[in-house]
Amino acid sequence: MIDLIGYIFIGIGITFDFIGCLGLVRLPDLYNRLHASIKCVTFGTCGIMLGVFVIHGFTDVGIKAIFCALFLLLTAPVSAHAISRAAHLSGVKPWEKSVCDHYEKDK
Amino acid sequence: MKSRALSFLLAFVFWVALTWSLDWQYLLTGVIISLFIAWAVGDILTRNPWKFKQHARYIWAVYYIWVFIWEMVKGNIDGAYRILHPGLPIKPGIVKVKTNLRSDSALTYLANTITLTPGTFTVDVDSENGYLYVHWMNVETEDIDKATEIIIGKYEKILGKIFE
Amino acid sequence: MKLLRWFIGLILIALIIAVNLKYEFSPLMRMVNFLIPSCILCLWRIYKGPTPADRVVAIDILGILVIGFCGVLTVFTDKIFFIEIAIAWALQSFIATIALAKYLEGKKFDD
Repeated sequence: MIDLIGYIFIGIGITFDFIGCLGLVRLPDLYNRLHASIKCVTFGTCGIMLGVFVIHGFTDVGIKAIFCALFLLLTAPVSAHAISRAAHLSGVKPWEKSVCDHYEKDK
Repeated sequence: MKSRALSFLLAFVFWVALTWSLDWQYLLTGVIISLFIAWAVGDILTRNPWKFKQHARYIWAVYYIWVFIWEMVKGNIDGAYRILHPGLPIKPGIVKVKTNLRSDSALTYLANTITLTPGTFTVDVDSENGYLYVHWMNVETEDIDKATEIIIGKYEKILGKIFE
Repeated sequence: MKLLRWFIGLILIALIIAVNLKYEFSPLMRMVNFLIPSCILCLWRIYKGPTPADRVVAIDILGILVIGFCGVLTVFTDKIFFIEIAIAWALQSFIATIALAKYLEGKKFDD
């Protein structure tokens, strides 16, 4: 029973991983790609780690899985932020159908 | 000094949880490494250690975790819908948002929260004037005040109670 | 044209699911078979990406996918060292992404 719950968590996580990679290929410019993919892939991998925790319980593997998910939640947004800022400063233009770009104006 | 003691405690708890063993060799290695870490980088953990003694902050932090997880699930379902839809219903743009938070940790957590919740992610932070530049996947308004209300209205109050 | 491309993608995903269900695998092996196409999509973005920044994004995503891979393999093979590989990979991938972003920005590393 507890294994089944863990498998369901892992399945949800892998589905979101796949959707995030699909977004990486499908969306039109760098910012949108970063947007969709970093969110979905972080959530999916945290789901997988939660599944590992549910299956193994409070043993060394489970605690390590929880720490891995926590670390991922703290660092993935920071790396996304660093990449987007560097890309904007190095001159990657947003998609031509973008509505507004206040960052370009204020720089 | 209090900041160094706190960082020693944090590093030691982390070490014990990761090795998951109570042998004296592991504990001795952990104490030595934690002392080294506390000596090297201990003074940048926090500038005001008295904030750790106020219990109301912990209750608000627990409440914030639940709000954050719920918003994150919603954001992921929204993003998955926009990726899988055949017509790509996106209207991207970078808008400007004003915040009242000033301390570094509060701004960091606010930026991380914006990145992981529905349809928005932070491009740059102007910490002197309190502006955040946010890339929005589906721009509803370009006005600063309305965008502030929609994007960070929920989190700003709770984060202010936790960190300020 | 857009709709046609969407349908081709849908057919490809349905093909992957059908091949996955046709052969006899254990449930976890089926899940791993879904992670491999996502890695291939990332590699395609690394090959195709018009700007260097796109490639950096794809490398970051590939790192996070490998962490998930290690998590699934922990359950699949019952060997506990995979989760330690996952933690080490998470640390290393974060540092690598920050370094690549700084390189892209063209600034010194101590800024």
